[in-house]
Amino acid sequence: MRWSNRLLVAGLLMMSLFAVAEQETLIFDNDTLRERYLDLTQQLRCPKCENQNIAGSNSPIADDMRNKTYELLHLGYSDEQVVSYMIDRYTEFVIYQPRLDWGTVWLWLGPVLALLLGAGTVTWLARRSGSEPPDELSADERTRLQTLLEKDS
Amino acid sequence: MSKRLVFFLPFIAIAVMMSLFGFALLTGVNPQEMDSALEGREMPAFRLTDVNDSQRTLTEENLDGDPYLMNFWATWCPSCKFEHPYLNSLASEGVRIIGVNYKDDRDLAVTWLRDYANPYDIDVFDPNGDLGFELGVTGAPETFFVDSSGIIRHRFQGPIDSALWENKLKAVYDAME
Repeated sequence: MRWSNRLLVAGLLMMSLFAVAEQETLIFDNDTLRERYLDLTQQLRCPKCENQNIAGSNSPIADDMRNKTYELLHLGYSDEQVVSYMIDRYTEFVIYQPRLDWGTVWLWLGPVLALLLGAGTVTWLARRSGSEPPDELSADERTRLQTLLEKDS
Repeated sequence: MSKRLVFFLPFIAIAVMMSLFGFALLTGVNPQEMDSALEGREMPAFRLTDVNDSQRTLTEENLDGDPYLMNFWATWCPSCKFEHPYLNSLASEGVRIIGVNYKDDRDLAVTWLRDYANPYDIDVFDPNGDLGFELGVTGAPETFFVDSSGIIRHRFQGPIDSALWENKLKAVYDAME
């Protein structure tokens, strides 16, 4: 009995998962459009809900943006055009992948610069310690060392 | 640069990052806040009807004239109810306000305007949120400050009250020509 109950619970849980995944039934002209729609709604960020994409959000604005994406795709907009259309109205907040401009170029250059700086520092340190010749022992020190060594053995 | 100082570099880097994040945490930077894409741009074209008259078409040209506030509101929005009396007093002081009834029901909107008084110079009915989408509206209330040449100067999200108006928004309104 227990096992059948657990199975039932597991089944219900899975059903609720499917219910979330299948938010709406949209009819597309072809499968490519459907795939592009799914892809775009994954890429666009909901302006009202911090870290959800519009595919995963139930907020009214995410719903509007999904509808608009659907509409624009059927009007023949390219993926980039749909994204620019959204940015024009909702700013770059709605994209996860930042666009390359003078303000964001540091996201790519920063790590490279940090690596170069690190490599430079390491080489500089290595060269500095390598270039210092070990101190030569004086005659006195040599004899003292010799006596110490002999004493130990 | 001495060798010892170099070993402190990572600590300095961490200290800088910690102060940056600490600053964001303490000053309460709101990660949900986003700028408006529309500031500095022209009022987009639209074609909608009047709340009070479904036969009357309104476009952006109907709004020409004095600078105005464009206020997005709805009967389903509690903050709009909170804001409404203050909009009434602003209107009585001569501030021109255009109302956009956003994703709402016409009958409910008409009743609301009858019951709570109508501060709006023009009542635009936007049941599907089309104009809202063009303006990057994410919810209600939201208010746009538009000058006489139809350029959007400022966007304010949330309800306006007297303190906000006196301390911040009045200056924006007065600066518009």
